[in-house]
Amino acid sequence: MSLDRPQDRPMTRWERMKDNDIVWSFLHSPGAIIAASITLIAILACVFAPLIAPFDPFDPAQISLWDGKLPPAWIEGGQPQYPLGTDNQGRDMLSTILYGGRLSILVGAAAVCLGMVLGVTLGVISGYVGGVTDAVIMRIADVQLTIPGILLAILINGIGRAFLPIEVRDDFAVYVVIIAIGLTDWPQFARVTRGATMVEANKEYVQAARIIGLPGWLIMMRHILPNTLRPVLVIATIGLALAIIAEATLSFLGQGIPPTTPSLGTLIRVGNEYLFSGLWWITFFPAIALVVLVFAVNLLGDWMRDALNPKLR
Amino acid sequence: MQFTKLLAVSVAALTVASPALAENVLRWTSQGDALTMDPHSQNEGPTIAMNGQIYESLVTRDASLVLQPELAESWEAGADGWTFKLRQGVKFHDGADFTAEDVVFSFERANHEASDFKEQAKNVTGVEVIDDYTVKLTTDGPNPILPNQLTSIYMMDKGWAESNNVVAPQDFKAKEETFAVRNANGTGPFTLVSRAPDEMTVLAANPNWWGKGMFPGNIDKIEYRPITNAATRVAALLSGEVDFVLDPPLQDLKRIEGADGLNVKTVAQIRSIFFGMDQGVDKLRTSDAEGNPFKDAKVRQAFNLAIDKEAIRRVVMEGLSFPTGMITPPGVLGNTPANDPSYGFDTAKAKALLAEAGYPDGFSIRLDCPNNRYNNDEKICQAAVAMLAKIGVKVNLDAIPKAQHFPKIQKRESDFYMLGWGVPTLDSHYVFSYLLDGEGSWNATGYNNARVNEITKAITTEIDIDKRTAMIDEAWTQVKTDMPYVPIHHQVLAWGIADNVDIQIAADDAFRPRFTVMK
Amino acid sequence: MFFFILKRLAQSVLVMAIVSAVSFSLFNFVGDPVNNMVGQDATREQRIEIRQQLGLDDPILTQYTRFLGNMLQGDFGLSYRIKRPVDQLILERLPATLELVFVSAIIALVVGITLGVYTGIRRKSWISRSILSVSLVGVSLPTFIIGIALIYIFAVHLRWLPSSGRSGAIELGWWKTSLLSVDGWRAIILPAITLSLFQLTLILRLVRAEMLEVMQTDFIKFARARGLSERAINFRHALRNTLVPVITIIGLNIGGLIAFSVITETVFQWPGTGLMFIQAVDFVDVPIMAAYLVFVALLFVLINLVVDILYFVVDPRIRLGE
Repeated sequence: MSLDRPQDRPMTRWERMKDNDIVWSFLHSPGAIIAASITLIAILACVFAPLIAPFDPFDPAQISLWDGKLPPAWIEGGQPQYPLGTDNQGRDMLSTILYGGRLSILVGAAAVCLGMVLGVTLGVISGYVGGVTDAVIMRIADVQLTIPGILLAILINGIGRAFLPIEVRDDFAVYVVIIAIGLTDWPQFARVTRGATMVEANKEYVQAARIIGLPGWLIMMRHILPNTLRPVLVIATIGLALAIIAEATLSFLGQGIPPTTPSLGTLIRVGNEYLFSGLWWITFFPAIALVVLVFAVNLLGDWMRDALNPKLR
Repeated sequence: MQFTKLLAVSVAALTVASPALAENVLRWTSQGDALTMDPHSQNEGPTIAMNGQIYESLVTRDASLVLQPELAESWEAGADGWTFKLRQGVKFHDGADFTAEDVVFSFERANHEASDFKEQAKNVTGVEVIDDYTVKLTTDGPNPILPNQLTSIYMMDKGWAESNNVVAPQDFKAKEETFAVRNANGTGPFTLVSRAPDEMTVLAANPNWWGKGMFPGNIDKIEYRPITNAATRVAALLSGEVDFVLDPPLQDLKRIEGADGLNVKTVAQIRSIFFGMDQGVDKLRTSDAEGNPFKDAKVRQAFNLAIDKEAIRRVVMEGLSFPTGMITPPGVLGNTPANDPSYGFDTAKAKALLAEAGYPDGFSIRLDCPNNRYNNDEKICQAAVAMLAKIGVKVNLDAIPKAQHFPKIQKRESDFYMLGWGVPTLDSHYVFSYLLDGEGSWNATGYNNARVNEITKAITTEIDIDKRTAMIDEAWTQVKTDMPYVPIHHQVLAWGIADNVDIQIAADDAFRPRFTVMK
Repeated sequence: MFFFILKRLAQSVLVMAIVSAVSFSLFNFVGDPVNNMVGQDATREQRIEIRQQLGLDDPILTQYTRFLGNMLQGDFGLSYRIKRPVDQLILERLPATLELVFVSAIIALVVGITLGVYTGIRRKSWISRSILSVSLVGVSLPTFIIGIALIYIFAVHLRWLPSSGRSGAIELGWWKTSLLSVDGWRAIILPAITLSLFQLTLILRLVRAEMLEVMQTDFIKFARARGLSERAINFRHALRNTLVPVITIIGLNIGGLIAFSVITETVFQWPGTGLMFIQAVDFVDVPIMAAYLVFVALLFVLINLVVDILYFVVDPRIRLGE
């Protein structure tokens, strides 16, 4: 291999990365770069919302009702300290969107992680162990795939909320939503991982590892898992977009995150009540934020799907 | 498949155009649908409103809420009851005559165990038939306000009920729906044509109504379609799909007024909005404070001063509310200019009062709030959270649907809650007996003042109007000092109406189509 | 073949068993229905009595057996809220949902497949690229935002179409249809478009990918080598071979449409089963919630069963695989 190199110097890390087909494809796809930038900016803005946002919308002592319903700064009647205007309670729209977006991304990411951990674990076990275990896991996945995710999420969320006494419902609403969406997500991960595992498990190096007596969990962790990463990453990215939409939909139906600590979906639901009264900014800006965020993630996922595995649809 | 068959027919049927609109059809909407057409089964706003077009009571109120004869032409009080002269020649929709017998039957039915109108009907202990068109409603001792309590006890035909097996209202044991749930036979100005719950109810003018020609209304047909979502409801009005919205959200009124061919009518409503503070328990359930701060009148006063009722009126209510210091509005006997003004707004004084009471850094508490009952209920609570934060009180808001909110108050399980109270009888007794009497079933404040309790009892039998009014005023003045509640405002009603319909708005939020004229 | 269908049937029964257990659990865990049924003046004794009348205090197993027995007869009891038999309510609302789903499915399939084939064949043209970009926006737009936007533009602003409800429906026996009158069509068009958009973009992208794959197979190259016209290759050979996945889509599509009809019906106040379900959730009207779940699960199971069988019939390779 490297013996044929003209100069006897190992590639730097950067060169190795640039050599990588994925990075090459990324650097030559403007859509992907834009999408990744938007996603990165959105994620950074939301993660650092407490530092960037001019106000803390969740601190009632900072809110003044007399500042309510102000239009964006560039419209007559707007005030410069509220660049995107204020909502019906006097909260700064920009801050609320940043905090709301943070919640949306957190919920989406947490839900996908939950689905991913669950799905990949079950998938690897299913593919590696096989037999009855495999059949049972895959049947459950089949059953679940027959019912559309959003309906299942509404259902799980409804049951989850019902289990909680009404007093603490709002405090746990975020976790209930995460679990509801995460639990609807896993079969996809399980299916893909299982397929990849079955391919790897039959390869010679795994057989060899087995012969030298490495324990099963170690083989799965060290050798099989890394090989399933690419397709899992693609599904996770697309899953993130879907999870963010699912959260927004639940919240829009009034079944999700409560308005005291609103997510983007909750903001749109509340703002929708003001759409006809001319206070368009209360619903318009959160809606745009949501669509741009989901669009960027989708774009990224789309590119990854093509770049990482042309055969995977 | 059903579809292919349907498609085949559809081509031919597409030529079926909507029928010519020679008649006056009023299309209207509001948030909720009637739950049943049985007039004694559900004591609930939209149900009473819908049934009130088909069924009638002995006495009713006009748009100014003055008592008017309906199925009774006149009435007079006696020592142990009231005598009512019935209107003659009235027929039910199926042609049967309305007589004294039906009044007896209807009160029996309204007093039945499965009836939801027992509370009102129980004031009538018996009905004596004097002749076919005269009845005496006996009461347990003198009752000065009986006619006020009868306006939503509707009259049913005994014969119809018996032949359709609906002598009693549907109870919860029932395994099947009863005939009266979807069929109605009243004496009213409209007959039930068709009904799809939560979808569409169609009523047609009753050609044989006794009041034909006596009222200005000229509606031939009413199409009622409930729309749950407020924005969608307004959209239906703006796009011309309905002529009348009973409950447009306050923030959309400007838009409706600005739209071509639409207008808004407003009137002060007989309903007050307030917060209750539980001073009864020894330790608050949802607070980090030792004991119960609400036992100290200074804390209750601080809460009253911390809430900026004017800001709520201007920003949350779009100017449509009357800030107040009472929990009952003008129009109800007992509301006086002396007691009605609000306690004012003074953050500094509120903070000082809290410090004096021993809470310089405030305390935490949960506010229970409905989110689908009153005008902008949840938003008022959100505003209150921010205002109380400024005097150091950390409020955790728990805004939930009314179905879960009200039981908390009835079970007296809430420390701090929002409630609204309308007064159908227009008399303070209704407020005292529920909200201020120590035993009041909706009094979750633990307020228990011997004199107020005494007055609540005394005014049920006091016939001397002046003496009675003085007692009522005395009780209110006591309450104003004790501050068991934080009064916020009296609600204002607003209806969105198309210009081609002349509708009289009424403070009880009831739509009266017999007065409605379409141009 | 027989064995295959039997296996699928067994699976369906399993799904239904799980769903019925979940539905039943609703009766015990979701709130206290009594509070929603009685007036504000009801006393504690009245509440206790109602609990007994409803059998809410019986042992769980007794309640479940009773529920299963009744369910198999299509009897879900009376709605807590409007006191009418639930099966009857669902049947009354069903035509509205089915017609909405039907019209949406047609829109999604016709437009989706057409655009999918076009972008698959002319993959380099700028029209294709724009269609693809727009379709990605379509996937990123939540259904409720589309609905709100359409109402705002076409009903409130332009006043072309009604904003909500199902006016113009005509009764054909027990089936109330929107498809036989102009008013009916005007009312159904906005909700149907809203509901179809997400599925449309999915179908478009799937058909395109399928076309791209088929176009690269030896079989098409061979056809080309034989000198067949482009037209014949595209439609006679390529499109036909995308048929199998399209059947799967229709199955998934109808399932997805029914699921999302809950949201669309809520936004447009369309009086179907989905709106009824959300209203039931608000009022904790458990009999309706439970019946809706069982009913939707049954619908999904049936659709999947039919799709599986169709699959089996259309593609002989699967037969060999089994």
